[in-house]
Amino acid sequence: MNTEKLSNLAMNDNGFIFDPESGYSYTANETGIFILKRMAAGMKQQEIFEQLSEVYDVSEDNFNSDYSHYMLMLEALGLVAFEGGSLESGSE
Amino acid sequence: MKKTYIAPNIERNSAGNTNKYGAKSVVRYQDKIDGIPVKEIVEQFGSPVLVLSESQIRRRHRRLMDALQMHYPKVRLAWSYKTNYLGAVCNIFHQEGSCAEVVSGMEYAMARRLGIPGNEIIFNGPGKKRHELELAIREGARIHIDHLDELYLIEKIAQELDLVPQVAIRVNMDTGIYPQWDRFGFNYENGEAYRAINRIVSGKAMKIVGLHAHIGTFILDAQAYYYEAKALLELAQRMKDELGITVEYIDMGGGFASQNTLLGSYAPGEFISPSFDQYAEAIGAAFNESHFVSQNLPKLILETGRALIDEAGYLISSVVGKKNLPSGERAVILDAGVNTTITAWWYKLKVTPTRPFPGAYQNTIFYGPLCMNIDIMRPAVPFPDLQTGEPVLITPTGAYNNTQWMQFIEYRPPVVLISETGKLELLRPREELDDVIGREMIPEHLRSQ
Repeated sequence: MNTEKLSNLAMNDNGFIFDPESGYSYTANETGIFILKRMAAGMKQQEIFEQLSEVYDVSEDNFNSDYSHYMLMLEALGLVAFEGGSLESGSE
Repeated sequence: MKKTYIAPNIERNSAGNTNKYGAKSVVRYQDKIDGIPVKEIVEQFGSPVLVLSESQIRRRHRRLMDALQMHYPKVRLAWSYKTNYLGAVCNIFHQEGSCAEVVSGMEYAMARRLGIPGNEIIFNGPGKKRHELELAIREGARIHIDHLDELYLIEKIAQELDLVPQVAIRVNMDTGIYPQWDRFGFNYENGEAYRAINRIVSGKAMKIVGLHAHIGTFILDAQAYYYEAKALLELAQRMKDELGITVEYIDMGGGFASQNTLLGSYAPGEFISPSFDQYAEAIGAAFNESHFVSQNLPKLILETGRALIDEAGYLISSVVGKKNLPSGERAVILDAGVNTTITAWWYKLKVTPTRPFPGAYQNTIFYGPLCMNIDIMRPAVPFPDLQTGEPVLITPTGAYNNTQWMQFIEYRPPVVLISETGKLELLRPREELDDVIGREMIPEHLRSQ
């Protein structure tokens, strides 16, 4: 997965995200921003789960299902790209 | 202690967060009904549970009477049993002064069980049977004749019983709305209604005491009632001029829209449904213009049901599970579906969380528990992430749900009334297996496997 765009995003702790490249801004909920920050730092799914489950009461199965769904949301917004896709193609 | 987990979500911000009506698309929460915590109701009666508010029903009734009497003083409401025929609900309306409007022998029996005398019952409906008519005639009910075969039958019964039934004819007409309801009664424009009246008069077996029309349901144009009242009053005048018969009442039927939003409607019901004042003004205008009214002061009867009770009904339903759909939407499975809430098929029912939520919302579709693809309580709506077991409010659900609900796959939920004093009264307990199979019979050779 291509996550290089994430390192350029400005994110604050309240869930406000700004993309200086496109000028778009986003709002994420608390778990959304938690995951995004760690993805921007280069962490992988398993590592993120380990950190998240220390703070939140969540099972691994539940997390994995929501994580894949969240990746689809990020892809739809053009913030990440799956293998074979480009970062531009997903943006609206 | 660890924090409560919510599913991650992100949305792109768009310029301004007001919709075209200036209202923010923020999901408001409601944790109490008439001051009673939703949590307390669920603890006591389980989930799902249908809750009705007595004070809201009474308030709507009084509000409609006030609005109508501002324009015309001689008004009577008739409670439309089919909208909600729980005995307690009917009696709230009867206590407020409504008579009963029934459309079948079963509903007639319900009204009589509550002690409503025959002459306080309006008997509508296209399918009245002989024995039902006999009883209604004996008890002096107002029978609204729907078609010629019924007219002949009533005439025959009247002769057999040597009684004079008090009747009205049902009239259908073009009031400018689409679709035009022409299945009930006799047509006004082509003269059929007047011919039916003539036929009754020449038969000399019944007394015509009123005229009735029911122009449709969920009428979003109040002006249609102006045309309806005008036509009925013109017909009344003609009856007086040509036949020497003066009717005692003009029954305008029902059909006022509630604040619900129709599935195909873009704008929410709160914005497009006419108010009681608008309906009252349209009817009042026709009455106050009419020569017949100024000379005879007929009683104005209204049978509107939905607008009086829909908003007083809340279905509390809880989250059974959640899933992510390939479309990017979230799906929530509730413990109540279209089996208990049949109006979900024609309204965008409002789903309200019962606690505040911070942060972003995701498009969420609400399914019921039935193993059927059609079991959708609410198509996609931006909503916060709910927890399993958490209750939500489905509104408005006071009209046509607990009369049309289906015994299908699941037991039907209990119905609870919050009285004016804030007491929770059980009107109907949750169904059990016996309620479903109690009247079923299995032939001898099929009693074993």
